[in-house]
Amino acid sequence: MSRAGERAAQAVLFLCALAAVALLLLLTAFFLSSGLPAIREIGWKEFLLGRVWDSADRAAPQFGILPLLLASIYGAAGAAALAVPLGLLTALFLARAAPKGVAACVRQLVRLLAGVPSVVCGLVGMTVLVPFLREWLDLPAGDSLLAAVLVLAVMILPPVVELAEDALAAVPAAYEEASFALGATETETWFQVTLPAAGSGVLAAVALGIGRAVGEAMAVLMVAGNVANMPTLLGSVRLLTTGIAMEFGYAAAGSLRQRALLSIGLVLFVLVVLMNALPHLARRKGGRP
Amino acid sequence: MKRGYAFGFLLLAAVLAACGGRAAGTVNLDGSSAMGETVSVLREAFTEKRPGIRVNCSGSGSGAGIEGALSGVCDIGLSSRALTAEEIARGAEGHLLAWDEIVVAVHPDNPVQTMSAGTLVDIFTGRLRRWSGLGGEDRPIAVYGREAGSGTRDAFEGTLGIAGQCAYTNEYGSTGDVLGNVAGNPNAIGYVSRSAVDETVAVVPLDCLLRRPFLLVTCRDNPLSEAAAAFLEFATGEEGAKYLPLSGVAPAWEGRP
Amino acid sequence: MNPRHIRDFAAKALLWLSAGAVSALLLALAGYAGFRGAPELSWRFLTGQESILGGTAGILPSVVNTLVVIAVSLAVVLPVGVGAAVYLTEYARNRLFVEGAAFAAGVLSGVPSILYAMIGALVFCDKLGLQKTLLAGSLTLSIMTLPTVLRTTQESLKAAPLSYREGALGLGAGKWPMIRTLILPASVDGIVTGCILAAGRVVGETAVLMYTAGLSMVMQDFSSLQSALDASGATLSTALYVYAKERADFGAAFAVATVLLFLTAAINSLAAAVGRRVRRV
Repeated sequence: MSRAGERAAQAVLFLCALAAVALLLLLTAFFLSSGLPAIREIGWKEFLLGRVWDSADRAAPQFGILPLLLASIYGAAGAAALAVPLGLLTALFLARAAPKGVAACVRQLVRLLAGVPSVVCGLVGMTVLVPFLREWLDLPAGDSLLAAVLVLAVMILPPVVELAEDALAAVPAAYEEASFALGATETETWFQVTLPAAGSGVLAAVALGIGRAVGEAMAVLMVAGNVANMPTLLGSVRLLTTGIAMEFGYAAAGSLRQRALLSIGLVLFVLVVLMNALPHLARRKGGRP
Repeated sequence: MKRGYAFGFLLLAAVLAACGGRAAGTVNLDGSSAMGETVSVLREAFTEKRPGIRVNCSGSGSGAGIEGALSGVCDIGLSSRALTAEEIARGAEGHLLAWDEIVVAVHPDNPVQTMSAGTLVDIFTGRLRRWSGLGGEDRPIAVYGREAGSGTRDAFEGTLGIAGQCAYTNEYGSTGDVLGNVAGNPNAIGYVSRSAVDETVAVVPLDCLLRRPFLLVTCRDNPLSEAAAAFLEFATGEEGAKYLPLSGVAPAWEGRP
Repeated sequence: MNPRHIRDFAAKALLWLSAGAVSALLLALAGYAGFRGAPELSWRFLTGQESILGGTAGILPSVVNTLVVIAVSLAVVLPVGVGAAVYLTEYARNRLFVEGAAFAAGVLSGVPSILYAMIGALVFCDKLGLQKTLLAGSLTLSIMTLPTVLRTTQESLKAAPLSYREGALGLGAGKWPMIRTLILPASVDGIVTGCILAAGRVVGETAVLMYTAGLSMVMQDFSSLQSALDASGATLSTALYVYAKERADFGAAFAVATVLLFLTAAINSLAAAVGRRVRRV
């Protein structure tokens, strides 16, 4: 092949690589340019701390996202509080305690559920969980923050287990051998040596789980009730994602309402980038012993 | 590999070419989910008559349909409420398709049989919170409504004069969603289009009539394709009117209430 | 028994218990969906179309739409993703650029799909005038799946033996011919895995497609280029949403859920089969 051909190939490949980086920059630019002006127009304080979201009022719309923001944070935190301990224990089981055959079975199941479309989780949530919560807790309706937390917890379990297991499996055997040599039992070693040694990887798994929970829209839309209340555990809530999903089609092109929804997108984007950067930062500070 | 890139560029070229104009053979309808049943019937009848034209329908809500028609994201918008002055000023044109009625639905096991407009207002604004206050069982009332932007919600709240004052337990994204959730919850009450009601819920007779129009919405500034114009003519004409009773709505000529 | 051994035993029991709980939970989820959906499934439902006047039900249009969206989004993402991976692993000398790209891919893969939905609706459907079409949906999804293809390809490129490179370059072959004839064929399994994973994401996506591809359940016409570009409608996941949330037809919704579970299982075993070959190379 001629030198010109070689150079052409390299140029095309470079353009492809540039596309990936450029896409991120474009996305960031897109959300900043379309999200920031509306926030400035509404006012930072009114936007982030306003307690009323009533974007459809034609005379005096209100764009306070605090109820949505809190619902998203509570939802993700609650889901993580349930899924992370269970997920880490399961990952430890798969990486260390399980007999080979059992581990393979559980792993297959977890992998299958990792790929299940979120609407399937939402469907089971709305047909089983929501009526159950209503009857069990004697509520007017079962659609609630609690329902959202439970559905999200199930949804983030598979990725947390998979990533945490990878991190645990990568811990060098020498660490554990040293611990055994000092007379520690197996579980003492796993909990006190293996788990801390996998620190940054486990943190990445947790961050990924929280990021998924913050970003999930459809399954939550099907079980959360969707009223923009200040969140209560058993009440109907609207999250950042479901707020966008409910209203985006209704907002006129270029209207303040549409731009306010893009501002919610910006908030979500920032949350997700932070969640992604967290493990990187932790690693730089020396998360591994 | 080179052939792969050539294919890629061809695809890109095709994409760019597609941005220019749309074929005559497709009509995209978008908007009111309450009109879903009615429009599906019309769509099927129209496709039988003009098999070359494909009619797609997405139920995303009246407000979304009107915005879609104005921005050109869909060919014809579906609105289950009258257009506002602001929307008309921006170029929206409504074509009356039919008259629909909003009905109030409860779970079939709910013993409460009739209701006055005043009671309805009390329930939906949150002043009445338990069924026992209406002679029903001692259960909390779950007030189900639609999301802001829905034509059904606008028409319901507007007719009862409680726009923006409702205290909903839950807001659902479509007519079918309200219907399904009322059917599944003995505590529930919700409003839906007459055309969507089936035997899974009980309709509460009211002492008032909640009538509202079904509109096909176009935009003055976006000329209709030949296919879209044909569908509009069929749906609002005499041929289309024959099919309207199948979905339980009254043809346009039955006049205003 | 010594208290330390009791604690060891208790901790092991806890591990078994949590793994059991997780498995039971996930099994119950899939089992329930399958249990409700299987009786609703029939050959007629899979290969039919719905009609109110004709009184029939069926999801064939959604099945076809799903396949079309997978094919088109892969056709777009594959050249770009593989090209970028080749440049980043074989050519790039600037470490900052490589790390920046890795970070970008990480962030892009974590961006919630509802944000891609907004971008797709504003850019492809509105600005570029594609309306809500399968094409607009596929293009949006190709952006969303780019990090998946990029990462898996990069990993398998890195795994290609160094001896290939040394041998070919020692014989005086150019770099690009070496990559094209040796490295890429050796990493084809990784590329295929990336495609399968990307297809999995496409199958499971709803939010993006609701806002960019429409909810129509009518059979589309793919006989000419123009009509294919105009095609618009629901994929299987979107159809599930429409059945569950717009029609309150839970029988059909669970039937679609069962189909989706089968698809997911098939995609997983396909990826596992190909992945095993990667390790053998």
